[in-house]
Amino acid sequence: MKSMGQRSGMAGAALAASQPVLAEYGYNLQAPASSVAHHVFQLHNLIMLVCLGIFVAVFSVMFYSLLKHRKSLGHRAAHFHENTAVEVVWTVIPFIILMGMAYPAARVVIDMKDTSNPDMTVKITGYQWKWSYDYLNDGIRFYSNLATPREQIDGGAAKGKHYLLEVDEPMVVPVGKRVRLLITANDVIHSWWVPALGVKQDGIPGFIRDSWFKADRIGTYRGQCAELCGKEHGFMPIVVEVVSEDAYKAWVAKKQGSAHAAAADDAKTFAVAELVARGEKVYQANCTVCHQANGMGIPGAFLPINGSKVATGPIAGHIRVVLNGRPGTAMAAFASQLSDADIAAVVTYQRNAWDNKMGDAAQPAAIAAARGATAEAAAPAAQ
Amino acid sequence: MSDAAHAPDIHGHHARPSGIMRWLTTTNHKDIGSLYLWFALIMLFTAGSMALLIRAELFQPGLQLVRPDFFNQLTTMHGLIMIFGVIMPAFTGFANWQVPLMLGAPDMAFPRMNNWSFWLLPVAGVLLMSSFLLPGGAVAGGWTMYPPLFIQGGVSYDLTILAVHIMGLSSIMGSINIITTILNMRAHGITLMKMPLFVWTWLITAYLLIATMPVLAGAVTMLLADRNFGTHFFNAAGGGDPVMFQHIFWFFGHPEVYILILPAFGIVSQIIPTFSRKPLFGYASMVYATASIAILSFTVWAHHMFAVGMPVAAQLFFMLSTMLIAVPTGVKVFNWVATMWKGSLTFETPMLFAIAFVCLFTIGGFSGLVLAVAPVDIQLQDTYYVVAHFHYVLVSGALFSIFAGIYFWLPKWTGHMYDETLGKWHFWLSVIGMNIVFFPMHFLGLAGMPRRIPDYALQFTDFNQIATVGAFIFGFSQLVFLAVVLKAIKGGAKAPARVWEGAEGLEWTVPSPAPYHTFETVPTVK
Repeated sequence: MKSMGQRSGMAGAALAASQPVLAEYGYNLQAPASSVAHHVFQLHNLIMLVCLGIFVAVFSVMFYSLLKHRKSLGHRAAHFHENTAVEVVWTVIPFIILMGMAYPAARVVIDMKDTSNPDMTVKITGYQWKWSYDYLNDGIRFYSNLATPREQIDGGAAKGKHYLLEVDEPMVVPVGKRVRLLITANDVIHSWWVPALGVKQDGIPGFIRDSWFKADRIGTYRGQCAELCGKEHGFMPIVVEVVSEDAYKAWVAKKQGSAHAAAADDAKTFAVAELVARGEKVYQANCTVCHQANGMGIPGAFLPINGSKVATGPIAGHIRVVLNGRPGTAMAAFASQLSDADIAAVVTYQRNAWDNKMGDAAQPAAIAAARGATAEAAAPAAQ
Repeated sequence: MSDAAHAPDIHGHHARPSGIMRWLTTTNHKDIGSLYLWFALIMLFTAGSMALLIRAELFQPGLQLVRPDFFNQLTTMHGLIMIFGVIMPAFTGFANWQVPLMLGAPDMAFPRMNNWSFWLLPVAGVLLMSSFLLPGGAVAGGWTMYPPLFIQGGVSYDLTILAVHIMGLSSIMGSINIITTILNMRAHGITLMKMPLFVWTWLITAYLLIATMPVLAGAVTMLLADRNFGTHFFNAAGGGDPVMFQHIFWFFGHPEVYILILPAFGIVSQIIPTFSRKPLFGYASMVYATASIAILSFTVWAHHMFAVGMPVAAQLFFMLSTMLIAVPTGVKVFNWVATMWKGSLTFETPMLFAIAFVCLFTIGGFSGLVLAVAPVDIQLQDTYYVVAHFHYVLVSGALFSIFAGIYFWLPKWTGHMYDETLGKWHFWLSVIGMNIVFFPMHFLGLAGMPRRIPDYALQFTDFNQIATVGAFIFGFSQLVFLAVVLKAIKGGAKAPARVWEGAEGLEWTVPSPAPYHTFETVPTVK
């Protein structure tokens, strides 16, 4: 925690020079790290100064009156109650000031909206309650979940430095490149927001909106979902790592390699114990926020898995629910979110954890077959 | 507030029932005004308690007192109740008491409909509140009810839709009543441009209500159909659009913002001249400014949606139209300051609240101007900056004007002066507490704290702790207000007909407390 004095000093410096400050926060917007964020920062300072000036002017007059024109001082009331000239002046002058503010604002709007000529494009999808990133140029796709352990949130452990603003897989971009963002959502409206980059764009399910940024400094920039999206709305942070061009290339190569490894897993057959162990991790990352670690759900809001008909019934039905979700409820379709091996693992885990103890297992091949069956069932309907 | 009711009914042609039936069947504008105000006060304490629970949870990072889903229920219900259950009914209560008294009318134009308008409200309140007991809890999708999140909810979401419909009906009937009374029942000599400004602001507010409540009803009916009848108004997979809801909602929602503040302008415009002992400066420009704000309010709705994404032309249009609203609003503030200028000022509690209103509402206005600038708004949308902004407008704006109005007219209603010392305690505790809660929220928003989150990153801790301390000061100081009101009802110094030295208008010509029936013959005003 920085002291109040330090903060106000930094805010003052920022106001005076409109230069980026090093403080992570203070009395002003976060230190900008992109051209758009710089423009917004300066625009905000300008408006604040104008507002402050008007405020001081108007309320000096009022407080002078409150002090001097008191009955207790024997002040007798005047009886004027209109003056056309004055009234015209104080209508026209604010209008002119406003237009003076609107001009630079309009220029920033036009700049923000210009998403043409990107160096790279990333599609971002909001889910309840995580983000996914699709690097359209490099063929990389991954999910980004909150990395803060549950114990820290519930008070069982000391909170880390980046409490609630840390993820397992950050978005990585090269510095100085125009990154075009295609933003959408899978279930409800989310909003992708990184203050230092000057981007906030709602993800609307069924529609794609775009935005852009060009980071001008290497660093880690943190943000959060900004649109209420259900109970874990406060727990879906965004982390953007801005790295050098070379570091970005290395990261791309590494991600592409791990994608191959994941594909290889989908072709394997696993022992039940292996699947349960892997499934427990998948369950913690994707299922616990609703169904809870004990599989009991939250009465009235989220159904239990422990003892449920699905998890103790035929395995094919269980796989179908995980693949396709329950439309109209918060139960998401995981077909596009998890690999065959991960779905096999989580289904196996759910069938063997707690009181379920079914003893059976789903293999990746069964998941692939179930995906095929779903696609076939959908195909005639589409014609 | 209704000791007036115990005054002997000198005309004797109405045998009034007593006890609970008196209040259930009353068609008297003063009784109904009191009912509205009591309802608002009870709801203020209800939704205020929710706010304190929210602030207690946010006192430090981590989850301590409530779970995230219950937290969302609290924020949603706090918003819905404060707007539809506190501010709107309180203003309608003022309209019921004061519009007939100020215009020299014997009662509202449709007294039975007036009774029905009020008694619908507790029904809606019970529907809303009882949903806390249902499986899944109360509505948790935010008071703005955005789909698809709102479509996911349980049965309480349907109850909320029903409650919104009922409150809308109540508002529309109340508005029809107010408009008809104002247009048809003025005393001889009160032309439109001689009406007290409070009456003018309510006339314009009532038109806004009639224009926008059906729009809200349409929006929530579509939600109801999407939820229960398989329609896809807001579902892209069925050819709908979730954003369409936001357009419809804010076409209601922005005029609604002015519904919540125009009567406040009216109350303050009655009080400031009284305690300045000087006529209101620029009466005509006040009326025109109010009307301009109302008309402009229909052209700015999408400034709530800059982060949704829209074409450049639309962003520029909504930014400019929103900035324009600052012009008539500025005119109002200048007029109030000019009214005080060279007056003979005294500072009784109503005046203190009115002055605080002018100052603090202006801060809310300036943060509104900052938010009007689209690029800055995109940074601040859905952050605590917005929370700070609308609480400056609604707490130090709407709520403070309600306090000011209560202190101003309470002697007229009860026949007793309120306790000035307690009133001043209430004022200073409220104004200090309110600023401690909401001023730091500007910094939280600028620093990047989103709204509607039950837990936050460590760098937001200091300001959240300050805000929570302020919230408890502000919340508990409202008990002082309750004490002042109860004390004035029970007794106190006898109030004269003209309670305040500088008071002008017909309401000050009837005795205090105002008799149960007033102006049975139409008075003539020069």
